[in-house]
Amino acid sequence: MTIRNVHDCGQRHRPRVACLKKVEALVLEMQDPTSGVKSQTQRLVITTIPHALTGEDVVAWIAKRFNVDAAEGCAIGTMMVAFGYIYPLRDHKRLILKSDASLYRFQTPYFWPAQQWPVEDTDYAIYLAKRNIRKNGVLELHEQEQYNNLHKWLNHKWDFIVMQAKEQYRAGKERKKPDRVVFDCQERAYWVVHRPPPGSVSAMDLGLLRLIDPNQEESETSDYFRRIIIFTEQCIMRPRVKSSVSLGANPWLTDDPAYWDLNSLTIDNPTRMRVERWTFSFGELLSDPRGRDGFRLFLKKEFSSENLAFWEACEAVKWGTASTIHEKAQQIYKTFLARGAPRWINIDGKTMEVTVRGLKHPHRYVLDAAQTHIYMLMKKDKYGRYLKSPVYMDYQRRATDPEAHNFTETQLAQNAKNRRPSLSPIILRQQEEEQQAKLEASGPVDLTQVMSKLDKRNMLKEGQK
Amino acid sequence: MGEMEQLRKEAESLKDQIIVARKGFADTTLQEAVAGTAVVSRVQLKTRKTLRGHLAKIYAMHWGAGLTQCVSASQDGKLIVWDTLSTNKVNAIPLKSSWVMTCAYAPSGNLVACGGLDNMCSIYNLKGKDGNVKVMRELASHTGYLSCCRFVSDSEIITSSGDCTCILWDIETGTEKTIFAGHLGDCMSLGVAPDFKSFISGACDYTAKHWDIRDGNCTHTLSGHESDVNAIGFFPNGNGILTGSDDATCKLYDLRSDQELITYQDATIMCGVTSLAPSLSGRLLLAGYDDFNVNIWDALKAERVGVLAGHDNRVSCIGVSSDGMACCTGSWDSFLKIWN
Repeated sequence: MTIRNVHDCGQRHRPRVACLKKVEALVLEMQDPTSGVKSQTQRLVITTIPHALTGEDVVAWIAKRFNVDAAEGCAIGTMMVAFGYIYPLRDHKRLILKSDASLYRFQTPYFWPAQQWPVEDTDYAIYLAKRNIRKNGVLELHEQEQYNNLHKWLNHKWDFIVMQAKEQYRAGKERKKPDRVVFDCQERAYWVVHRPPPGSVSAMDLGLLRLIDPNQEESETSDYFRRIIIFTEQCIMRPRVKSSVSLGANPWLTDDPAYWDLNSLTIDNPTRMRVERWTFSFGELLSDPRGRDGFRLFLKKEFSSENLAFWEACEAVKWGTASTIHEKAQQIYKTFLARGAPRWINIDGKTMEVTVRGLKHPHRYVLDAAQTHIYMLMKKDKYGRYLKSPVYMDYQRRATDPEAHNFTETQLAQNAKNRRPSLSPIILRQQEEEQQAKLEASGPVDLTQVMSKLDKRNMLKEGQK
Repeated sequence: MGEMEQLRKEAESLKDQIIVARKGFADTTLQEAVAGTAVVSRVQLKTRKTLRGHLAKIYAMHWGAGLTQCVSASQDGKLIVWDTLSTNKVNAIPLKSSWVMTCAYAPSGNLVACGGLDNMCSIYNLKGKDGNVKVMRELASHTGYLSCCRFVSDSEIITSSGDCTCILWDIETGTEKTIFAGHLGDCMSLGVAPDFKSFISGACDYTAKHWDIRDGNCTHTLSGHESDVNAIGFFPNGNGILTGSDDATCKLYDLRSDQELITYQDATIMCGVTSLAPSLSGRLLLAGYDDFNVNIWDALKAERVGVLAGHDNRVSCIGVSSDGMACCTGSWDSFLKIWN
């Protein structure tokens, strides 16, 4: 039983080959009687058939038209032959354009590949039957195999097919010889393109078909317009930011790695544009690691660095491996959320309740509510203060303004000689991890310790009284 | 009917507003901005290695994070991990379904993923205990074929599918974390940003979309192509998007000003783009076409500066290694070529 895949969404009718329109435009240009390719006559034994082209003429025309060299012109011509717009008269099975005196002819538009009807097996069967009638045993091996298969599959239609073949054969005989030869050649070329012999490269080979039907027209209901309106309104509301990280000298042109050094993560004095970028929004500040460093410094001075530490710990849970979620969540609870925790964060009662309940069965987003609360807290309060703080003012003051290069020729040559490989990313990552570890080890202010010290002092004072 | 007319007028007026807003931000064209840069001379790359071993069309390849390893997938049902310098096959993984359309190499080098007409993304662990490569996970939830997959980390992967959606998966639990729906046509390809915070997808609805991984929202929709967007990639600095389409053009879009900067097209190129990859600095764009060639474009000036002709069938995939020293092309003629 043959399973015929009818589910091709109309793609066999109009193959997903958007280039065909362009090639057709080119073919029409080539067929122009005045400015097109010069045609000659083909001589078969007694008959002469007009409108034949030589390969070298086609290549020369294409090369002149597009102002390319002969090799590229030959490639474009071969593409046209592969699609079936031009067919060779000799050696019809090899669909290439030879740039010598071999003859070609334009295919009739009826047989162009972009027609509205599919390439039917029924038509192929009729064609093969016709050839069989004309001269028995003239079919190639692969054609013979296909013929036998079609005979099996289309058995129910076989009488119709044979009848059609006979009719077409008879109608063909009634034509004049030149017309008959031309039509036979055209039909033969069409089937070489659409039913290629096995092992050859076919231009009609489209790979795996796509699910969306390119021919389906979307009906313009009011729903369709409402969707477009909502979408475009969102488009307009979106902010369009014109910011760019500083433009120092382009390292690829000057061999000067200053641009990369200035924008690295560990720089002490970030560039002016980078510092300004932190003022655009809180998100921008947090997404730049250098910005976060500066913010952390500021918060430390204000004794509220636990907020940023909590936010970063939540990010680590969200993006880390699933196996460590449980452990990390417990750590966060002990450090930030439990009563009397060393770095207790200030969130409202309801959020705290929800979070603690969620922590009984921790999952990746269990700390989302608390993290959002802290994020908004930092954004509304600390962010504004940070931008006015001496820490940030200091950055602004120290910010560098790198200018485009003004290296002389000799300096450029010197730079080229001094090219050094940059640090390996493995080493950079190790450095980052070491920094991270140092940060954690240096320890935040331990509130319980501080509180207990204060308590002790108070008790001493009271004791003294 | 009157309501329809009104809605149509409103939609048109909003579209015009967007065009005006974009023009307002276009203080210069790319052509003017690069008028001073030097012209790139003719780039000639030669085939340095040919990787033979596949028996059928190669549909996808992806470089690993190391400098010489890459993985390729072919319709003979094999996923082969190559050491390109010696042309040895490090691993040859037989697949359950031979209709594979994509493959990906994890940045850590421990995992490879593949998928295709089986609608599933299969993850293989290369560094298994007894040296065997086994299926680690099979992520099945898409209702259409898997057209592309890319790792975000060892525990997350993003897949795009013919059912018009992209999905972010958690590999360890094998479940979907976020579904990115919004395309109106098959998603054909995707690319992850260099900072791993966002990704882009190109689809058969002629648009490319930029998504935020954490929010799950589409932040930009970039249109302009006249046919299916087959290939997509981030510009190396993460602020631009390169797309390649069946209409034989590639386009460069700017994410910050939300518009198209330049189109890479030529009257002699009529065949669709199947794959593209920018060079490490972004100055060159290598694009593979249906006419069996790869064209090298000067990304700033939009001129062709080279051709890589050497394949006997369509170039289906192309990739530039992480240090930018070599580019690898895979084709339906079952060979991979390394060019330098």
